[in-house]
Parts: sequence; structure tokens; C-alpha cells
Amino acid sequence: MDRARILALVRKERRQLLRDPKSKRFMFAAPVLQLLLFGYAATTDVNRVPTGVVDHDQTQQSRALTDALTAGDYFRIVLRSDRSGDLGRALDGGKIMLGMEIPAGFAADINAGRGARVQVLVDGSNSNTATVAQGYAGRIVQQFGLREARRLGVSLDRGVDLRTRAWYNPSLTSRAYNVPAVVGLLLLLMALLLTALSVVREREVGTLEQLMVSPVTPGELILGKTIPVAIITLIDLLLVVTVAVLWFHIPLRGSILALLLASSLYILASLGLGLFISTISRTQQEAFMTMFLLLLPFIILSGFLYPIMTMPAFFQHLTVLNPVRWFLVMVRDIFLKGAGIGDILLPLLVLGLMAVAVFGAAAARFRRTLG
Amino acid sequence: MRAPDLHLGRLLAVARKETLQLRRDPRSLAMAFMLPLGLLLFFGYAISWDLRRLPIAVRDEDGTAASRSFVAALEGSDFFQVAERLDSRAEVGRGLQDGTVRAVLLIPRGFSRDLRAGRRAPVQLLLDGSDANTATIMMNYADAIAARWSQQVVLRGQQPPGLVTAESRVWYNPTLASRQMIVPGLIAVIMSIIAAMLTALTIAREWERGTMEQLAATPVHRLEVVFGKLLPYLAIGFFDVFVSVVLGILLFGVPLRGNVLLLAGMTLLFLLGALGLGIFISAALKSQVLATQVALVVTYLPALLLSSFIFDLRAMPAALQAISQIVPARYYIAVTRGIFLKGVGVQVLWVQGLSMIIFAAVGIGAATAAFRKRISA
Repeated sequence: MDRARILALVRKERRQLLRDPKSKRFMFAAPVLQLLLFGYAATTDVNRVPTGVVDHDQTQQSRALTDALTAGDYFRIVLRSDRSGDLGRALDGGKIMLGMEIPAGFAADINAGRGARVQVLVDGSNSNTATVAQGYAGRIVQQFGLREARRLGVSLDRGVDLRTRAWYNPSLTSRAYNVPAVVGLLLLLMALLLTALSVVREREVGTLEQLMVSPVTPGELILGKTIPVAIITLIDLLLVVTVAVLWFHIPLRGSILALLLASSLYILASLGLGLFISTISRTQQEAFMTMFLLLLPFIILSGFLYPIMTMPAFFQHLTVLNPVRWFLVMVRDIFLKGAGIGDILLPLLVLGLMAVAVFGAAAARFRRTLG
Repeated sequence: MRAPDLHLGRLLAVARKETLQLRRDPRSLAMAFMLPLGLLLFFGYAISWDLRRLPIAVRDEDGTAASRSFVAALEGSDFFQVAERLDSRAEVGRGLQDGTVRAVLLIPRGFSRDLRAGRRAPVQLLLDGSDANTATIMMNYADAIAARWSQQVVLRGQQPPGLVTAESRVWYNPTLASRQMIVPGLIAVIMSIIAAMLTALTIAREWERGTMEQLAATPVHRLEVVFGKLLPYLAIGFFDVFVSVVLGILLFGVPLRGNVLLLAGMTLLFLLGALGLGIFISAALKSQVLATQVALVVTYLPALLLSSFIFDLRAMPAALQAISQIVPARYYIAVTRGIFLKGVGVQVLWVQGLSMIIFAAVGIGAATAAFRKRISA
């Protein structure tokens, strides 16, 4: 390996990457803009659920229950009516996600000491939101019942008093969990976009022959292609982490050194993967399609959109091969649980091995192509 | 302005040329046909959001029949599973820190005494809040289980007077199975991604290979080029959706409650828009590399994250909901879920249909405009 030759290649790559002002803007602005967008989008918090109420009772109690429903900011009433059919129509049209129907005689039932019932209709087409919203509504009605019982002088203050406390994220905002994951996705996307077309492009444009007749070795060429992109991606990392901390107020509790180390290994593995895609593709279109194809399993089997533990066992094992999965474990632990390098040794080791493996594979493919 | 003199024969000639080019590239062709179905099969099985048997640790300091019965009630729900019994309070944090358990239940000494005395018996549940969604669901479940157990054990099953109960009914998906929600959504997400992938390179490739000048020298109108290039991909996309729908019904057991013809019509509108977007990107950027980068950025993550596929748009800030109006996947997901699960018709879905018509018109119009600029330049 010759230092001067590698440096010359790095200079050439850098010039090629940054020559077009359009792509320069793209490289640094796109990740920040995307984090701003998707940081807001990636929320599973269920609040301000559009809700419809049909109150056939129209008493003080029925209104008190309606008020209780909206008191906690979980539900927002967008429809009030006295016809039961309206709830169904609004659910069909997606105008409401949850409907509550209070039957006539609701207050009378409570005051007479009989059990009173209300009906709750939930739109199950998003099963996760429905589960959470249903749980909230059930709790609010239950609390309301306890208050009413107390008012009537019936003591229900017995039984289990369950006190829940959430560690790491006491207010249970999903953003703290999801923004670090979006950071991971954006890094992967940049690394792949900047490398997957690199080698195959030289081949299509015909400059690969020029490189082949030069004394450059495959290893040098790979380094020359990797170093500039690695630097760009690291700058992107610093940009998006700054946005995550300063704009989204995600607590960075763990060690910054651990974050840097984890990110560097992850970026290396992603770059290696991009180079590998580039070496196995004959045309830019093939490289592009391969990248498109690989990204979806990387995202879906990462634990970002769906928890890994709910997947069938086969797919859980498959996630072990996914670098994104390992990075997400680390970045979430570092941000939220305050992990240091000592806490994430296993994922670090796995990512390191992956990086070595893909770079080795890319270099081997490359040598065969050049030879 | 003179009305364009469109000629169906020329349009079909462009479509035939594009089809021939596609046929000569068997790998791309195979991907266009097989990829969506492969992805649907793979992810239809892989994705599940049904939380079951979440591992928890228990520290039972009371050690009585009552405390054991409470733990058994938690476990009996099939939602929690006791993975670990802790010997001391010092161990409470460890399982949460290394992620082996999702929650720790702490039953202090005096639990059964409090219950017998008719007092509230405090119990602590510490949750791993880092995954806020799972934690929220755990909290709701634990609350419901605790309330039911209290009622059964302490009140001996009597219906306490004055207590109000909510009777929940879930529409469209009564068992709240996540697959029912995922499969229709997945069809929309996959098709958005594939559509952009198919067309993002078509015009940029002509430029880079120098065949654009040839095309420009022919009498073919630019609108004929755009539609001619759209046509073969439209056929492929239609085939993909058709097989996906059949797979969704037969293999994944998702009910198709609505009108099939409506689904077909909406699919046509959606594909026109999504393919048109790809052609626009390709025509506007002229370079294959940049076109792929932009296509990837504007279709991939928006289709996944700004479409209600997982994250409900209605929970997002208003500004973001406004931005999501330009994501075609958003409309198509409302269509697939609406027709599959809700069985709704035009009276509900006309909004989506109209939005997709506008999207397709703007996309194809912009592609045609971008195409002209390049030729005259």
C-alpha cells in the first residue's frame, strides 16, 4: 500500500463527490431535513385521539364522564351527537378513532347503585393505536366509577394499588426511543447512497479501465473510495446527533466516546456493504435495485418499526445478521440508559466483525474483477 | 398555446420500445415481477406487533398465598411471563438495564395484611420506559389485571355498586391482530417503493446513453413519451397489486370486505401518480446517480413513516400532516385499509381518489414539462 497513491485517490473521490453543488447540498442538508421530518413522524404516542361521543343520557354524570375523557389530553372530542349511527359513520370515514356511547338511564343506574355501562367503539385498523386508546379509555371509565362510588359513600378503596414508574423515560414519550433509531437509518442511507454506485459507475463510464492500467491496487482503491465517504458520513452523524439533542431534546445520558465508537463501526459496516453491492453489480441500475431491495429488510428487521421480540422465532434469529439492529440497540442504550463502552461490548464486537467481513468480501470481488 | 397533437400509434410505439428494452434486461424484469411478492411474503410473516409473554422479574417480599395469586393473575393473562425471581432489592435495576426483562414487579411485605385489613395494598411496577409504546401497553394491561384481580379476590366477585364499566368493541379487526393492519399497509408501501424504483431511471438512462437526441429527433410528442414509458410499468404494477391482493386474502387471511372494482380503480390512480413521480425525478435530474439518490430519499422513508403504515398520521403535528399530503402512499394506505378492513365505498374514499388524481396530474404534467426543458436546452 502506498500512502501517496491512496491520498491521490482520496483527492480524486472528494473532488468527484463535491464537484456538483446539487449533490453537496444533498449530502449535508438531506440528513438534517429528514431527521427534522421523521423525528416528528416517528411517534407512537397516543394522544389527542379524535373521539366521538353520543350521549343519550344528557345528565350531570354523563357530562362529567365526557369531561373526564378529555381531561388528560388523550382524547379530543370532534363529534357530539345524539344518534348512535353517527359513530359508525365517523369510524368508517376515519374521522374518529374511538367512540363512546352513554346509554339513557346512565345516571339513574349509578344513583340507584346498579352497575352502569357505557359502550366504547374502537377503530381496530391500526391495532397498536387501538390497543393503547382502548386501554386509556378503560382506565378513565374505571377511575370515574371509583369517584362516583366514593361520592355515594361506598368504599372501594381496597385491593391492589398498582403504582407504575417508567425508568429511563418517565413521561413515556416515544420520541426518545425513535429519534436515535432514525439517526441510525439516515446514516445507513447516506453510506449506501454514496458508495453503492461508486465502483459500478466507474465501470459504466469506462474509467475503471484507466484505474486498472494504473499501478493502483484493489486495497488502495477501496480505501480511496471509503475514506472521503466515511468523513462525509461522520460529519452527517455529528449534524444529526446535534439536531437530536438540541432540537428534539433527546437526553444523551451515556458516553459520547461510546457513541462515536459505535457509530464509526456502524458506518464502516454500511460503507463496506455499499462497496460490496457496487462490486457485484454490472450496471448502476442493478446496484440501485439491490440497494432498494436490501434496505427494506434492514429497516423492518431492525427493531425500529416493530419490536424484535414480537417477531416469529425464525425472523428473530435472522435479525442477528442485520447491522442496523445492533446499532439501534447500542444507540438507544447510550442515549436513554446511559450506557458506556463496557455495556455494549457484544454489539460492538459483532459490528466490528461485520465491517471486516463485508470489506473483505468487497476487496475479494474487486480483485477478481480487476485481475 | 396549441393543443398537443397526440397520436395513439406513436404512444404505443414508445411503449413497445420500452417493453423491448425491459425484456432484454431479464434481471430487472424478474425483480419488477417477483420483488413485490417476495417482499410481501417475507414481511407478511416477519412483522407482528402482537405483544405476548413479555418477560418480567418479580420480587415478592410478602411471600403469601395472596401475593402468589396476584403474580399468577399477571402471568395467566398470557401478556406477562415471569422470567426471573429476584432475591434482593439490589437486583431490581439490573434486568432493566441489560434488557433481559421489560418490567419488575415489587410486592412489599405486608401486602396480604393490608388486603385483609381492607386497605389499599401498594404494589410497585417498574417499567423499562425506553420503548414508550410497549411500556404504555404494559401499564394499561397491568392496571386492568390488577383491577380485575382486586374485584375477584377482595370483593369476592360481587359487582360493586356504582362502579361504571366500559364495554369495548373493536371494529374492523376485533381480535386486534396486527397482521390485519400490516398486510394491506404493506401492499401500499411496497408498491410505492417499487413504482419509484421502476421509473426513476428510465429517462435519465436515455440521457446518459445518448439516445435522448434520437428520441428528440423523432416526431413523437413529449406527452406520448411520458405515457408510452408509463404504460409497461403500469401493467407490471397492476399485476403486482393483483397477486398481492390474492396472497393477502388466501395466505394471510385478511378479509376483503369492500368492492374489488373500486380497489382496481384506485390502484390505477395511485400507480399513475407514483410512476409519474419517478419519471419526473428522472426527467428533471438527467443523471442516473442523482435520480436514484433523490428517488430513494423522497419515496422510501416517507412511504414508511409519513403514510400511517405504522405511525398514525393523526398523532403527528399539523405541519407534518400537511407535508404528508404529497406522499401518495398515504392515500393508497387509506384506500387498501378502507376497502380490505372497513369495507367502505366511494362515499368515504372519494377524498383519497381525488387527491390521487391531482397527484397523478401534477406528477405527469411536471414530468412532461421537465422533459421539454431538457430537450430545448
